[in-house]
Amino acid sequence: MEQNKDDKSFEQCIKCTVCTVYCPVTAVNPEYPGPKQAGPDGERYRLKNPYFYDDSLDFCLNCKRCEVACPSNVKIGDIIQSARLKYSKKKPKLRDYMLANTDIMGSLATTFAPLVNASLKLSPVKSLMDQVLSIDHRRTFPAYSGQKFETWFKKNAVGKQNNFNKYVSYFHGCYANYNYPKLGKDFVKILNAIGYGVRLLEKEKCCGVALIANGMAAQAKEQAEINMASARKAVQSGTPVLTTSSTCTFTMRDEYPHLLQVDNTDVRDNIMLATKFIFELVDSGKVKLSFKKEYQKRIAYHTPCHMEKLGWAIYSTSLLQMIPGIDFIMLDSQCCGIAGTYGFKKENYPYSQKIGEPLFKQIQGLNVDLVATDCETCKWQIEMSTGVTVENPISILADALDVEETERLNK
Amino acid sequence: MRFDTITIGGGLSGLVTGISLAKKGQKCLIVSSGQSALHFFSGSFELYGNEGNPLDAIAKLEDSHPYSKLGVEKIKTLATEVKTFFSEMNIPLVGSVEQNHYRVTPLGLLKPAWLTMEEYAKVDDPKHMPWKKVIVLNIEGFLDFHTSFVASGLAKQGVECSVAAISLPELERIRKNPTEMRATNIAKVLVNETLEHLAKEINAVAKDVEAILMPTVVGLLDKESVSILKQKVQKPLHFIATLPPSVPGIRTQIMLRKRFQELGGIYMLGDTVLKGEIVGDKLQSIQTNNHGDLKFEADHFVLATGSFFSHGIVASPNQVYEPILGLDVDFNGARSEWYDRDLFKPQPYMKFGVATDKNFRVKKEGKTLLNMYAVGAVLSGFNAIKEGCGAGVSILTSLNVAQEILK
Repeated sequence: MEQNKDDKSFEQCIKCTVCTVYCPVTAVNPEYPGPKQAGPDGERYRLKNPYFYDDSLDFCLNCKRCEVACPSNVKIGDIIQSARLKYSKKKPKLRDYMLANTDIMGSLATTFAPLVNASLKLSPVKSLMDQVLSIDHRRTFPAYSGQKFETWFKKNAVGKQNNFNKYVSYFHGCYANYNYPKLGKDFVKILNAIGYGVRLLEKEKCCGVALIANGMAAQAKEQAEINMASARKAVQSGTPVLTTSSTCTFTMRDEYPHLLQVDNTDVRDNIMLATKFIFELVDSGKVKLSFKKEYQKRIAYHTPCHMEKLGWAIYSTSLLQMIPGIDFIMLDSQCCGIAGTYGFKKENYPYSQKIGEPLFKQIQGLNVDLVATDCETCKWQIEMSTGVTVENPISILADALDVEETERLNK
Repeated sequence: MRFDTITIGGGLSGLVTGISLAKKGQKCLIVSSGQSALHFFSGSFELYGNEGNPLDAIAKLEDSHPYSKLGVEKIKTLATEVKTFFSEMNIPLVGSVEQNHYRVTPLGLLKPAWLTMEEYAKVDDPKHMPWKKVIVLNIEGFLDFHTSFVASGLAKQGVECSVAAISLPELERIRKNPTEMRATNIAKVLVNETLEHLAKEINAVAKDVEAILMPTVVGLLDKESVSILKQKVQKPLHFIATLPPSVPGIRTQIMLRKRFQELGGIYMLGDTVLKGEIVGDKLQSIQTNNHGDLKFEADHFVLATGSFFSHGIVASPNQVYEPILGLDVDFNGARSEWYDRDLFKPQPYMKFGVATDKNFRVKKEGKTLLNMYAVGAVLSGFNAIKEGCGAGVSILTSLNVAQEILK
């Protein structure tokens, strides 16, 4: 069932064009021929002669909404991304290296966080980045944290983790580590409250999604191998590998085998979002959650594209709806436009904002306290474009959780 | 995860079932493995494709036909609910249960229809065409609509037709990819102020005519664009279906799904049901590709997976099977009997589908599953194309099964 590089699923394409109907890029950018043309149609030509490779494939967001819509089960998004990795002759620019190496940049930035955060807000700096690096000056950068999540965990949390008899491993990802350690802390808070100790992986690298998007397949593959070796050890010791980012999760589960040919069949089922893990425990009656009565908020949930592809929004939304004080609204499932590093690039910025426009309008019309979503780049995009605060469902659960009562219920 | 009813398949049948149940307060899940046949919608629902009263033809059908299981009286009752059902989603339909009208096909033919979307061209009686003189318009560069077919077809009915192509600067940018110049891509451009420009161009050419006929390339996400354009053109404007993808079909799919979700239904798109657990004579739960070991349990299940095209049934060299649960399928024994060598004759394989009892409950190894029903194109016993009854079977069996479940 899993796809490899010889997959011929494009032969299942009946040219119905349904994928192109749901492509967020074709709607705003006529330079992009759309998933049918860029994917299965183009693939027939490229197989004959790589000359037919077209650089407009770089406009693909890799949102996979084409695959979700396809009635014939064609892996359209995978075909397009594989073609980019295989045929593109473009060399990544300095900018692409910087955007793609989220962990190297993160390590540097956290060391000088106050300075970096301050200068990324200055218009001369933004203007310089725009001109020298082609990173759009209108883009707001995520702030870096002064202390990495890993550092905090080792200093403040690791000791307490031995007081449990059940464990999970946590793949925190670059965002929780460098930008927003609170997400990692919230994860530990919830898992501890329901009776699970948290371990970090022996070695964690960036999942590599940005490397894949920027054509650096070899480096992505190296990092994937390291992550899978660590995941394997964790799974062999009996702990699932939990995550708090839908894109890292999707990349490790599906992009590793499909695009990087990294085999993960032995660990794939044990890599999952924390919301899936927690929901299944609650649903099967093994865990009980108790929430603070005073937590009252109006919250709308945005389904990130990779969450749509995973089909897992139901776990996050079901958990959020368990909080009694939440007035819950499900937003229409549509792309926010940022797609990781895509929307940072000067050549994509206007398209990125245009793609997200219907979503931004919907959010602004709802008068919500918070938007919930499982993806950090969706968070940046929605916060920048609507002014509404965006939180990961894990953080919302952690804020609403009555920790003492939950601990008592799960003793 | 537990639901009152789980429907496998999220097209017309699945959504009509899901909405009907969710309206009565049921907790419903729909699992859909990709977008549906509504993306090929003609703009008209057919009950039965005869001339005159479709109920007359339905009364004479074989016992194995899904309509015969419903019976004429039930069909009449259910069919009268359909207009209201769709108008609640801002999909106004015109037509009658007891008298077919005609739709104009993209080839310029007149075909019997039951309910047609309000904005479409509709002919009550071919002997008295509603117009004497029309203009048939197309969008320059749009390949999925052929004005000359429509014009020559209508000319045979005595309608004087002129043809014209409209070009707009806004549309020139999408012509960069001529193969992708599809109805839906055009409809994405023909919104807001572009409609004003379009109306201006139409008014410039549609002078000395009673009506304007044009392909459905407006109104993808909501009906508003259709209303705006109709207001701005000076002559009555009627649409004719294009080749797929169908703009109003996609809008219908979006509106149905939206309604289902507003009623609290959960719609999982892009997921495939892999297996189910049958205990005794009941289906207990299903498992899907995206959710691994998680079991989706329900009191009732509805199979709305479509026919061959949607993989609701699958043909191998020697048999036709239902791929999820291996349910009993009605098909002729030998492969040589599955088809007729004359392409235009009724093809026996068109009638293949899942076997059901008189209440549309499915069977496995001859034994009826008491809590699982089949609706729509996956059913056996009818030839949707030759008989012109696909939409009628889908909608009416779905409404009927929803009533059965609520009993």
